[in-house]
Amino acid sequence: MDTTAINHQHEKTENSLFGFWVYLMTDLIMFAALFAAYAVLHNNTFGGPASGQLFNLPFVLAETVILLTSSFSCGLAYLVMQRGEVKKVLSWFTVTFLLGLSFLFMELTEFRRLYASGSGPQHSAFLTSYFTLVGAHGLHIAAGLLWMAVMLLVVRKRGLAPKTNSQLARLALFWHFLDLVWIFIFTIVYLMGVL
Amino acid sequence: MNILFGNLTWSSLPHEWFTIAGTATIIGGGAFMAGILTYFKRWKWLWNGWLTSTDPKKIGIMYLIVASLMLFRGAVDAAMIWLQQSIAEGPHAGYLTPAHFQQIFTAHGDIMVFFATMGLLFGLINLIVPLQIGARDLAFPFMNSLGFWLYVAGAIMINMFFIFGGEFASAGWLSLPPLAEIAYSPGVGVDYWIWSLQISGLGTLIGGINFIVTILKMRAPGMKLMDMPMFTWTSLCSMLLVVSVFPILTVVITLLWLDRYFGLHFFTATAGGNPMMYVNLIWMWGHPEVYILILPTFGIYSEIVSTFAQKKLFGYTSQVLAAFGVTALACLVWLHHFFTMGAGADVNAFFGIMTGIIAIPTAVQFFNWISTLYKGKIRFATPLYWFMGFLACFTFGGMAGVLLSLPAADYQLHNSLFLVAHFHTMIVSGALFGIFAGITYWFPKIFGFRLNESLGRKAFWFWLFGFLLSFGPLYLLGFLGATRRLDHYNVPGWQPLFIAAGLGLALIGIGALFQVAQIIVSIRDREKNRDTSGDPWNGRTLEWSTASPPPFYNFAVVPTVTGRDAWWENKQKMRDARTGRGQEYQNIEMPKNTAMAIYLSAFAFLASFAFVWHIVWMQIFGLAGVIVCIIIRSLDENTEYTVTAQELEKFEKSPARYL
Repeated sequence: MDTTAINHQHEKTENSLFGFWVYLMTDLIMFAALFAAYAVLHNNTFGGPASGQLFNLPFVLAETVILLTSSFSCGLAYLVMQRGEVKKVLSWFTVTFLLGLSFLFMELTEFRRLYASGSGPQHSAFLTSYFTLVGAHGLHIAAGLLWMAVMLLVVRKRGLAPKTNSQLARLALFWHFLDLVWIFIFTIVYLMGVL
Repeated sequence: MNILFGNLTWSSLPHEWFTIAGTATIIGGGAFMAGILTYFKRWKWLWNGWLTSTDPKKIGIMYLIVASLMLFRGAVDAAMIWLQQSIAEGPHAGYLTPAHFQQIFTAHGDIMVFFATMGLLFGLINLIVPLQIGARDLAFPFMNSLGFWLYVAGAIMINMFFIFGGEFASAGWLSLPPLAEIAYSPGVGVDYWIWSLQISGLGTLIGGINFIVTILKMRAPGMKLMDMPMFTWTSLCSMLLVVSVFPILTVVITLLWLDRYFGLHFFTATAGGNPMMYVNLIWMWGHPEVYILILPTFGIYSEIVSTFAQKKLFGYTSQVLAAFGVTALACLVWLHHFFTMGAGADVNAFFGIMTGIIAIPTAVQFFNWISTLYKGKIRFATPLYWFMGFLACFTFGGMAGVLLSLPAADYQLHNSLFLVAHFHTMIVSGALFGIFAGITYWFPKIFGFRLNESLGRKAFWFWLFGFLLSFGPLYLLGFLGATRRLDHYNVPGWQPLFIAAGLGLALIGIGALFQVAQIIVSIRDREKNRDTSGDPWNGRTLEWSTASPPPFYNFAVVPTVTGRDAWWENKQKMRDARTGRGQEYQNIEMPKNTAMAIYLSAFAFLASFAFVWHIVWMQIFGLAGVIVCIIIRSLDENTEYTVTAQELEKFEKSPARYL
């Protein structure tokens, strides 16, 4: 590659990262709208259970710890990526993936428990907005896991090329972003709902 | 429910006169086009040269073509509304059933806003912004192609009801609940509405991200933010609004879909749902949407005024600040669409005042334009005619808006034809006239030859008087108490005004025919009107510094910019400023064509169609297809190719031509 081509590649990486930030902001606005819906509807229980009677705080705390740990391991994966250590990148992203998967599994378990006890999303406007807000986050986690699985295969196959690194950087941003959104969900939906 | 076909049954197929006519038009038109392409052996040319292209100029032209078709489609709806209202007085029921009439005004609003005006603007922004900032391409060429094809998928989806289902949404252009909920709109009309807007809205959103990155990161060396042409500035403002509010649209129509599909209770009248929350959320998107349409055309007017006054724009800095003022205020006024909700005097007063304040940055731009014309060496060409028409109409419509911003007055005028007249004045004179002006102005740049002047002026005069005649009476009718969306009325005194409005539409129709004739005649006379200089209007900004039409790489050598009106400045300094002349060429990287955006949009279309009809296997198939397309594309390492310096030299000697 001559210098113009290298500059071009560098420019593209930078643009992708900036574009991804803008995308994250749009996603943040989507979550803001869902939070707003939850704020408006969370007292409309329509004679059904309210948040204080439904949520299992220790369980959700465990979910939170798992997700925060996955964010930490994702940060470590990003650090070793910058040093070009392929094997460590693979192992840290695998740890992140497994933690994310357990988080998703726990969330679905929680949903199933509520559904089985007759508190499904069709029951009241409160439950509608709860399932949608938390479910939207879960859907993002699932998308992130799929992305991570693909990237694990790519790194195994192609190693750490500039384009792969740029994609991994965006994946890491995405994962931290979901962590941040979860902190708000944990605080506003669970803590404020129960305490 | 059938596993294979979901809710689709034989009775979903067309059996009423308008669905049969619509289906025949779609299938007949498609077959005719296919026949022409096969006869002239143009399939390969179409696929390789256009459909799979990632060149923003070609995507821009395709946007203009699709949007023009949709403009025609929306105009047919308008004519049907007017015809009904001209006859349906007293004992006459008119020729449309109330149910059909409701679908028509719903479709008219959605098609005109989402598919006609948005499409035309995205077309112009694609065509001009990269040239104005001296870029060879957008930041994400594939995403641009994807945005276009999602828009096309949405445009097809909004017409699918003709073939399958036979009914469109009838709950107004924003499908307000609880009317739009499954309990009161059990048909597929609202579902078509949801999915058409959902996929085209996602296309708009990724387009917004793309243009923000392009404008902020890919300007020619030396071009500071405050050196950017006004059209680029206002496009940036518009795109900032797109990324700020389109996510809300995506969410709110998803929530409506969840209500309808899974029986949730966001906006239902029962189980604690809150329909007014929908109204709030949708207008948090809907009001800024108006400015998304208006802001770029304000930029077009700025370009035209300074070019045809042959003067730099008066008050450039204040013009930029005013555009940002409008952008910021646009997000603080949504509640004025429903003062009658009864939020209380304080809330209504706040939103009333914010709405009134928007008049200030708007007026700043008006005075800047007028001051630019003052003592300018004015050349009257068609684009300036459109501007003058806009200046008068928009001021009038704007004053009507200030009147509506007063909550006390709004309680009287809410949902009246006065409001309908107001926003049509704003959108037709603000957005549509500006788009016509912009297309006339940039036509020689885009296609390499000028449009016929005299036919253009005739079109303008018919449009202007037709517009005044069709919407003037609506202001009066609004004062007389006529509400919007009337399929029938019992006041004999109103009928002459409705008929006058209908005649106005006929004049607009003649104007539109002149525009069609203008394009045909201009293509016939293209050799005579060929623009060989690349700068037919003695322009000021960088798009005029390259050939007309520009080569696919825009600039052989990226220009270096030292100030505002970069091209004008170069001409004043008598430099041989035509980019690339006498300079050394270098190899450049250009994006390859890709059909992936078409495949991805087709899968998204299939999934959406399956959601409308509850066909589970097709939903899974469509979504899986979307995911697989994204993965394949993101793993593709060969998305670019190199144009060598020698090839560039060859291209520069033989300029490109479409016609």
